[in-house]
Order: sequence, then C-alpha cells, then structure tokens
Amino acid sequence: MSDKLDLHAMSSQYVDVLKELGNIGAGNAMTALAQMLQCKVDMRVPLVRLLEFSEIGEVMGGEEQIMAGIYLAVDGDITGSIMFLLEKGSAMHLVEKLMGMPASEDGNFSEMEISALQEIGNIITGSYLNSLSAMTGLKIVPSIPALSIDMAGAILSVPAIEFGLIGDNILMIETQFSDDRDIEGYFILVPDLESYDKILSSLGLR
Amino acid sequence: MSEIIKVGMADLKICKSPDGITTLGLGSCVGIAIRDPITKIGGLAHVMLPDSTVIANNSNKPKFADTGIEMLVDLIVKAGANRTRLVAKIAGGAQMFGFQNKNDLVRVGERNVEASKKKLAELRIPILAEDTGLNYGRTVIFYPETGDYIIRAVGKNEKTI
Repeated sequence: MSDKLDLHAMSSQYVDVLKELGNIGAGNAMTALAQMLQCKVDMRVPLVRLLEFSEIGEVMGGEEQIMAGIYLAVDGDITGSIMFLLEKGSAMHLVEKLMGMPASEDGNFSEMEISALQEIGNIITGSYLNSLSAMTGLKIVPSIPALSIDMAGAILSVPAIEFGLIGDNILMIETQFSDDRDIEGYFILVPDLESYDKILSSLGLR
Repeated sequence: MSEIIKVGMADLKICKSPDGITTLGLGSCVGIAIRDPITKIGGLAHVMLPDSTVIANNSNKPKFADTGIEMLVDLIVKAGANRTRLVAKIAGGAQMFGFQNKNDLVRVGERNVEASKKKLAELRIPILAEDTGLNYGRTVIFYPETGDYIIRAVGKNEKTI
C-alpha cells in the first residue's frame, strides 16, 4: 500500500496518468488565464519530470533565479499542497496585462501588483485543482494562496521538504505558454502518500 | 587560484583554504558551516529536515540535520581537522510562506534550526554566529580560511557573519 510507494519506481503508466492530469489541469488553468487577461494563450504539452533535489534549481535557470511562487494547502478527500511558479519577469508581464498598465519601475511589486499576482495564482491553481477534482471525483478544497517572490531554491525548499518526507525526488509539471511572449510556469502538486493512492484508485488504476 | 565549491539541496561537502564553499537559495533548509580555524579545513551541509529518526526512508544522511551534521564533522576530521577545535555558523531556516499546511511541517525552518543547534551542542561544537528565521531566502558562501560566512538575500545588503 502507501508505504510501498516509491516515486522513482513509478510505472510508466502512472507517469502517463500524471502527465495527462497535468496536461488537462494546466490546459484548464491556461483557459482561465486567457479569459482573465482577455487574450489568446497558446500552450505546449506539459512536461512531467521527476527530479533529484539537487536538480530542481537548474530547471528554472538556477537556484538564484527570482521567481514568484504561489502556494496553497489542499484539503478534502486528498490532502497536501500545490505550488505554481513563474519567473519574475513573466509574473510582471501577466500583472501588467491584468492591470492594463505598466508595472512599477523599480522592479519590485507594489501592494496592488502583489494582490493581482495572488489573484492570477489563485485562478491558475484553482482551475487546475477543479479539473483534477472533476476527473477523479474527489473533493478538493484549496486554502487561501500565499505568495513569495524570492530565489527559486528558497521557494522550492517548501515543496521539496514535503517530498523529502517520503523520498529523494520531487515531481514537477512544467508548462509553457505564450500570449505575445513565452512564459514558463511550473506546477508542483504534493499530495501526501494516502492521496496518491486515492488519486490512482479514483481513476481505476489501483 | 581558489575555487568555490557548490553544495546542492540535501547535500554536503568539505573544503580547504583557500577555496570557498557555497549553497544557493536556502529557504526553510539550513546551511551549517563548520571549520577548524587552525588547519583551515571546513565544510558546509544543506539540510532539509530536522530529524532522521522519525522518517522511514532516511538513508540519505545529508538530508537531515542530525545525520548530516554528524557526517560533515566526520568528513572534516578525516580530512585532517581537529575535532575539539571545530566551530560552526548557521544560516537559513526561513518560513517562506505565511502558512504551511500540515501540522508537522509548520515552522519546519525553525525546527531545522533548533535541530541543528541541538546536534552541534551534542557534538560540543560552539555556534559563533547565526542568521536564521524570518521569511526570505539566502545564498551563503563560507571561507574556511577566515571563517567568514557571507549571506546574500534578494533586495538586501550582503552581510558577513
């Protein structure tokens, strides 16, 4: 059962399922984003990656790359957390789009921009979780999102520590989308062990 | 020429003067720098979790404060340092978000710091300085030559402890 779960020994079928969940979830998230920004958003097929802790910073352009991370706790039939990360420049771009005006010139987010970013994160993670819930039939209740703008390594330490409780890898879904510029976003879903089982059984895979 | 050795997450390495050793973007993890001021041999551990004894899958020693510090000290001593002269500096252990979801993960940064201090006290290694807690990430660079532990954070002045 759950104590036997080893992310590294995961069957390719399971990876495919996660990929598909990630794909549909991210697709819904991007549709919601496009509606909010009232623009067309093109999305590429997401990449699902199982990474060593030492590799996670490199995926995002280095541990010191400044990212905006939105983090929510998840409760209901499954428990855990979800994080959505965007590179700071992309975050700034989305905020400008949403607010319809240029961002603060000093390169830091104003209070208003931070709440806009929080709202973007809320919509993206919310629609992601909604589609996960619709596909699995599981009740998923997200918490209020928390935001951090800091080095990738520091933000990622939070989900990494949660993964660290069960193993030495982190499971990440990388999405790329673009409106008039390319934006890379990363989803990290951290269900606890029992929730992995629940997700799989709800899809008839266990 | 001196080099800067890089330590990843859940990782540890030793370093000899004049080289420096660094770990980038510490969040809730803790960076424990230890050195022998005479032989100028030192090292850095980047630990993620406080206690290996409560985790079933605990073979990755550098991941935990208790086993990581022990392993780092052993390596430093093996490289020629004197155990009784060792001194430490620690940084990190931030709480990156306003909340963290599971009860045992609340304040994991703080608990990492506490566990590191406890282990260092147990090994009788004095802590000369610390820069821990709060809510932001830190990049650290340690020089066993001088014992300088340099801390960088986004939007803040660099400091040396």
